[in-house]
Amino acid sequence: MARSVTTQRKIINTAAAWGIGFLIFFPILWTILTSFKTEATAIADPPVFLAFDWTLENYEVVLERSNYARFLWNSVFIAGGSTLLGLIIAIPAAWSMAFVPSRRTKDILLWMLSTKMLPAVGVLYPIYLIFIKMGLLDSRIGLTVVLMLINLPIIVWMLYTYFREIPGEILEASRMDGATLKDEILYVLTPMAVPGIASTLLLNFILAWNEAFWTLNLTAAKAAPLTAFIASYSSPEGLFYAKLSAASTMAIAPILILGWFSQKQLVRGLTFGAVK
Amino acid sequence: MNLTMPLRFTSVAAILAANAAYAETTITIATVNNGDMIRMQGLTEDFTSKNPDIKLEWVTLEENVLRQRVTQDIAAKGGQFDVMTIGTYEVPIWAKQDWLVSLEDLPAEWDKDDILPAIRGGLTVNDNLYAAPFYGESSMVMYRKDLMADAGMEMPEAPTWDQIAKAAEAMTDKEKGIYGICLRGKAGWGENMAFLSAMANSYGARWFDENWTPQFDTEEWAATLNTYMDLMNNYGPPGASTNGFNENLSLFQQGKCGMWIDATVAASFVTNPTDSTVAEHVGFALAPDNGLGKRGNWLWAWSLAIPAGSDATEEAKKFVAWATSKEYTALVAENEGWANVPPGTRTSLYENEEYKKVPFAEMTLNSINSADPTNPTVDPVPYTGVQFVAIPEFAGIATQVGQEFSAALAGQQSVEEALEKAQALTADEMEAAGY
Repeated sequence: MARSVTTQRKIINTAAAWGIGFLIFFPILWTILTSFKTEATAIADPPVFLAFDWTLENYEVVLERSNYARFLWNSVFIAGGSTLLGLIIAIPAAWSMAFVPSRRTKDILLWMLSTKMLPAVGVLYPIYLIFIKMGLLDSRIGLTVVLMLINLPIIVWMLYTYFREIPGEILEASRMDGATLKDEILYVLTPMAVPGIASTLLLNFILAWNEAFWTLNLTAAKAAPLTAFIASYSSPEGLFYAKLSAASTMAIAPILILGWFSQKQLVRGLTFGAVK
Repeated sequence: MNLTMPLRFTSVAAILAANAAYAETTITIATVNNGDMIRMQGLTEDFTSKNPDIKLEWVTLEENVLRQRVTQDIAAKGGQFDVMTIGTYEVPIWAKQDWLVSLEDLPAEWDKDDILPAIRGGLTVNDNLYAAPFYGESSMVMYRKDLMADAGMEMPEAPTWDQIAKAAEAMTDKEKGIYGICLRGKAGWGENMAFLSAMANSYGARWFDENWTPQFDTEEWAATLNTYMDLMNNYGPPGASTNGFNENLSLFQQGKCGMWIDATVAASFVTNPTDSTVAEHVGFALAPDNGLGKRGNWLWAWSLAIPAGSDATEEAKKFVAWATSKEYTALVAENEGWANVPPGTRTSLYENEEYKKVPFAEMTLNSINSADPTNPTVDPVPYTGVQFVAIPEFAGIATQVGQEFSAALAGQQSVEEALEKAQALTADEMEAAGY
């Protein structure tokens, strides 16, 4: 009897999980489906789910009208660059906070996080003026630095949490064996924290890839990433849903594939330390 | 040795000279993703082949993002853009701030006098033209001739609001999913407030009196909003408070609207058989009036302007002159047909025999000509603009007022409450702005 209840519950749980999963995924699925419709079918009422004449016309138009490769390269450069730069700064910072904390470490951590509470638009104008002065407007380097700074608190916090899980005695042992600070971080701490670093890297890459405030406001033609590519397909006068969906699908495809292959690390990273 | 040195110098000089001759200037053009703009991007080879030393970079953005982006850049003198697509609302405000380059010195063959006077007036400040119109639009009635015929009615060329209400009633068949009239309900200064401000003009209402006192507490505004609510509640589609241009376009193209009063530029969409299921049944009429001598139609021109911070002003002028020239119109006609040329900017276009054959050409011209931005409503006003008030504060105020009116349409409050709130918030904002 007890066994049958468990099975029933399992079925319900599985169905519920699939149902919720499908519900969350549905907007993405709908975007992908719409990208294969004509503009007229895209707005049809009642909506058409699968039974329509599939067309690649929207992708042809989008590829013809925009330089997708340039937008993609800018996204890869900016998201990748800002994540790597962030890790280079955050690993030593998180190490010192985790293993040699001072009285103010907790305060510093909280202060770093508090910068995320300020609405981005609040600092838009000062940053814009600094960028003008330094000639960084519409440059990949400028955007890389800004995105790194924006995501730095999250990177430090995540790494700090992972590093705290590593017993300090192991590092002490390495010091006893004559390891320098550099050796300790590079050859002892980093290999042990690889899963944590990997999930931090992935999460920040995704955050930087999807960032649409700074990337739209600080770029024009040269450094514009895929967020600007999507924004160019919305129109105040004229139907655009199918073409916009095609552009969105092309913009999210690389990150969707990356997320698919690295989902284990992502889930592990996000749930790390959640249950103690 | 003596021979080789001069030879080297000559070669280097020749290379430098060659480079100088082919030195490319890049101009960055910020624009919206409207059909006419996209068509222009496709035809720029004509420009670059005539101007091999100028390279074009395009930044296409959503209208509100574009407006915010170029305002930010122009105010901070970022110099990111050399040419911008802006509307008739921004041009007078920005020109007064010295943010735009005067276009008075465009070549004579560009023919400034050929620009439609109503459009030119909206882009001129202190006798200086600050933007070249790329396409102009007004608003008009688009209606279903077949549904009108079924109802035994005929649409006058210049209908009144009463006639519109009767036609809406006759065409409504909710069981078949046909609604007599589709109008903008989505909140926004460029959405429902564009329509309602223009409609209010035909009822003799105005935004402000000569002393900049808001006028939402007048009978004229009450009459405007009550008529609008009656039309929409009785004959409009469900959920109209979230409908903007694109939502109504989609409804009309699917045959769900008997009438749609909106931008003249929509005419080419609803008569295009590829997207519209009712393409062959569409008729056009002037925007309605109320017997007071003013019609409820607006005036807008998407125009090309050069920001004062640009470091390639001369090249930008060449581009603006090309994109808004008669030759460009002919180029579009040759490649895409006369129905697709940018409408509403030049007198010569409406004198062209080929263009006269386009079904909506005459009605577009008449609509544009019947709007007067300097004298938009029955009583005198201290501002210019038909569906907007050309002051910087307007966009913010009108968006808030639009939210109140949209909430009334959604049934969340009464017309009286919406007007009271509109009056109070406009008075507060204007006082804070120092009027």
